[in-house]
Amino acid sequence: MPSDEVPKEPAAPKEKKTATAVKLASKQQEISVTEFFEKNKQILGFDSRSKSLLMGIKEAVDNSLDACEEAGFLPDIQVSIERLNDEDYRIRIEDNGPGIVHKMMPNVFGRLLYGSRFHALRQSRGQQGIGISATVMYGNITTGKPAHVMSKIEGDDEVAWGMDIVIDTKTNRPIVTNDKAFTWEGKEHGTSIEYTIKGRYITGKQSVFEYLKDTAIVNPHAEITFHDPDGTRYVFERATDIMPPKPKEIKPHPEGMEIGDLLKYASNSQQKTVRAFLKNDFSRITDRIASEILEKAKVDGEKKPEKLTRDEAISILDAIKTVKIMAPPTDCLSPIGDTLIKKGLMHVLDGLRPEYYATPVTRSPKAVNGNPFVVEAGIVYGGDIPSDGQVQILRFANRVPLLYQQGACAITKAISEMDWRRYGLEQRGGKGIPFGPAIILVHVASTKVPFTSEGKEAVASFPELQSEIGLALRLCARNLKSHLNKMERKNKTHAKFEIVQEILPDMAQKAAAHLGRPVPNLDMTITRIMNVVWVEPSVKKLGKKEREITYTVYNYTNTPRSFRLHAQVPKEAVNLTLFTNPAFLDMNDEGKANWEITDLQPSKNTVITFELKGDMADTFDADDIFFSGLNPAMVMGAEQLPGDWGIKGMEITQTDEGDFVDDDEEEETEVEDLGDE
Amino acid sequence: MTRKRRRRWKTLATNERQKVALDELTGVVEQIYDQLDGGMIPSMELPMRSKRNIEFDGQHNVWKYGDLKTSRSAKTVNGAVMMLRTVYTADFINEMIRESKSSTLREMYYISEGWHNAKFHSQDESNLLAEDLETITGCMREDFKLRPEESGAHVYGDVNFTTNTRKGMKTMNCLDDVSEAGFAVPYNVEEDTFRIDPGNAKFVMAIETGGMFARLIENGFPEKNDCILVHLSGQPARSTRRLIKRLNEEHGLPVTVFTDGDPWSFRIFASVAYGAIKTAHISEYLATPTAQFIGVTASDILNYDLPTDKLNDKDVGALNAELSDPRFADEFWVNEIQAMLGMGKKSEQQALAKYGLDYVTDTYLPEKLTDMGIL
Repeated sequence: MPSDEVPKEPAAPKEKKTATAVKLASKQQEISVTEFFEKNKQILGFDSRSKSLLMGIKEAVDNSLDACEEAGFLPDIQVSIERLNDEDYRIRIEDNGPGIVHKMMPNVFGRLLYGSRFHALRQSRGQQGIGISATVMYGNITTGKPAHVMSKIEGDDEVAWGMDIVIDTKTNRPIVTNDKAFTWEGKEHGTSIEYTIKGRYITGKQSVFEYLKDTAIVNPHAEITFHDPDGTRYVFERATDIMPPKPKEIKPHPEGMEIGDLLKYASNSQQKTVRAFLKNDFSRITDRIASEILEKAKVDGEKKPEKLTRDEAISILDAIKTVKIMAPPTDCLSPIGDTLIKKGLMHVLDGLRPEYYATPVTRSPKAVNGNPFVVEAGIVYGGDIPSDGQVQILRFANRVPLLYQQGACAITKAISEMDWRRYGLEQRGGKGIPFGPAIILVHVASTKVPFTSEGKEAVASFPELQSEIGLALRLCARNLKSHLNKMERKNKTHAKFEIVQEILPDMAQKAAAHLGRPVPNLDMTITRIMNVVWVEPSVKKLGKKEREITYTVYNYTNTPRSFRLHAQVPKEAVNLTLFTNPAFLDMNDEGKANWEITDLQPSKNTVITFELKGDMADTFDADDIFFSGLNPAMVMGAEQLPGDWGIKGMEITQTDEGDFVDDDEEEETEVEDLGDE
Repeated sequence: MTRKRRRRWKTLATNERQKVALDELTGVVEQIYDQLDGGMIPSMELPMRSKRNIEFDGQHNVWKYGDLKTSRSAKTVNGAVMMLRTVYTADFINEMIRESKSSTLREMYYISEGWHNAKFHSQDESNLLAEDLETITGCMREDFKLRPEESGAHVYGDVNFTTNTRKGMKTMNCLDDVSEAGFAVPYNVEEDTFRIDPGNAKFVMAIETGGMFARLIENGFPEKNDCILVHLSGQPARSTRRLIKRLNEEHGLPVTVFTDGDPWSFRIFASVAYGAIKTAHISEYLATPTAQFIGVTASDILNYDLPTDKLNDKDVGALNAELSDPRFADEFWVNEIQAMLGMGKKSEQQALAKYGLDYVTDTYLPEKLTDMGIL
């Protein structure tokens, strides 16, 4: 934590020391946090002009997203960059968040290490409250201009407030000028910050545009508008109206706690006794466990927590290590989820027309050292994604894109250590970043993402995380591989389809015309060539959120055929068009739909068509069609129905090791009650 | 069967040959139609066109296709597309004959733009199909009203050609009536439009490069030695080979071939003398079996101590391929190829300039030609 590392005044020199020491002592003085950061800007990521420009925007956008989600508003964020001269830029970020009450505004924007999230254990984008004020400070320092902040909170009789803020680097206090109330036309609530900064606007990798695009991918519920310095306006539209579930706050978990933390918590505790402190201020410590810890540590449980000595604290920590404690609760995490990852990717990457979106994988949460984390991965393949270079890696931590220090990141390491050749990508020697037309997305969410530096640019590597990323990627890569196999098969078989559908009829027509004879009937020839039942899927885009799915089923065999087709459709998106199809049989509550085709005559075809409407319409992959009731060798274009199709998917929730009876929820509420006494 | 037919059409007039061609093409289309109509998968057989399937034809002393066949079936996309193209091309040729038009092979390639699935993706594909039709029907592409672009080949020497020009039949002497670049060989050199009077010429020398062609003209070699020079301009086009063949067969002139000393030049000689693999179905009509190779040979490189380049990987590959090519399976060629592989070097005909500009005409060629008994 930066707060712990800020240099403190060294211990007073012993009196007996020489005059030099006294002289030195007179020079030794407190350095404010702000001053420290001013001198070490690179710690926060302000190390180059182009990066500074990006970092400021990143901090502001992260804050806006956090604030909107916290308040339950679908984020609507505007970013604009105006070029004042070669290196001075005016940046403005506006959101529709809940706003900030007037008297807190100076502190939020003008004081380092001030924030609402510093002490909370919960997944959030900003973690230390260092970013936005650092941006304000950096702007102050480089251009001498104050930041202008405006905010309005919800409520009809609330006015908006605007003010100019400068940070006094000596005292880490905001200096406010032009503090005025005003009417913000057309704004119900929200905050805007405008500052001037020395920077450099770039395009391409590590650019503001890239950052906003990536942000849009993992925040499909947000709408982001970007005005670049050249006057172009980009809108990353909202892909879904579903807000991510609000992450819960949890109490610290005892595992992995440092002695300093324990003493700090103890001295701040509202609890009357050490026993109550252990039980109520930490997660996963029950009455029984508290007793066990106290007994093992030989500490008096009835003592006041603030009276806890250093030695006692050490014994408690030692005792904690020997006692079995359940892993921290994981509902404090809010993974994006496979469907929304896919939606986000599709929405933003549509221009690349990728051929395949591997079903994204969300691993179940794990915990290390008292910090729960969850890993998600997705792979996009083919289409117009450049195929001549290394794959593109999109790294995210708590829904924030990581653009710098790719090489130092645990995500990159996990990708490099996998043998991608087995999954259909090129890789030299089975190591390193693979090559091919693919984009790999990895998202790590945690209450405390272990970054390699305060600039939050790369995730630090530890074995458990590394292995989770690896597992997620493998699952995803397996989906990719099976898709690639399928495509290969399809390409092969599709060639035949082309022969009978286009080439032969053309040949017959032309030959007949040349000879002046009637066009021959091709049924027999086609049956001879194909001898299969052919399922041909096609998708038509009717509107932005509307798709028409058509399966044309041809009987290219010489006997009538009866069989069933099956597909899992997004049931939120189905409508009457599905049920009114004469071949439609039924659909269960998982969206598994069945069609029955009876007595399809040789050389005849039948069509199953239906529409999907709404948010989930574009998530359906028409190639995922299955059949039953036919010899698999007789069918092309559909897969054999897997054996477990009819069985309703069993909900298996993986809980972490810990041999406890699941009485946890009850205990938690009980504990809450006790704490109030 | 094709052999018999060819004998017949050689004696036929142009319009009759076209009628034969038309009938043959219609027969091909009919075969496809009947297969479709009978509910069969259309297929056709044609001679395999690779070096594995060329045999020596003792009657004509040239290499021709053997009995190996490849079959083409509409079961595969390639086969189906080729057959579709056959039908389209037959229809196109039919139309041209009816309207008394002709087109270049390149034009046919562009015309296929409108043929949807039958479209040619490169000119190689359309050239190949034209050759396929020749092998299937036993006709020549000229009968299909398809002609190649001008080949760039030229003739220089005391020989008279009487040929069709825009102003009617005209006789031209390839010494007096042409520039130093020579007489441009037209794409059709058949008797009915192209008559040859060899005058005093004693022999024919086919030359690979334009540089050497110009050198010999400048040094007055054709006049001094009563020689007809033919510039091949790389792999010689059909009409160039046909012209050489006629000079040899009809007028009894010995033919010599003077090329660079590398594996690709050996192949140029082979196509003049033995017949090219791609056109093995008409070898007896294009190849001049008595043609002699002057050089540059591997032994010349040593004997004349010529400046050389190292063989690259492709050269070595080509030499090795020639070792398994039946056309090169005689003592002379095996020795030459192995000698070249052994020294790892190749040389150009213009490397003779090492000894001065006149060396080739004053020393090298007289020596070689005397050895051959031509001078």
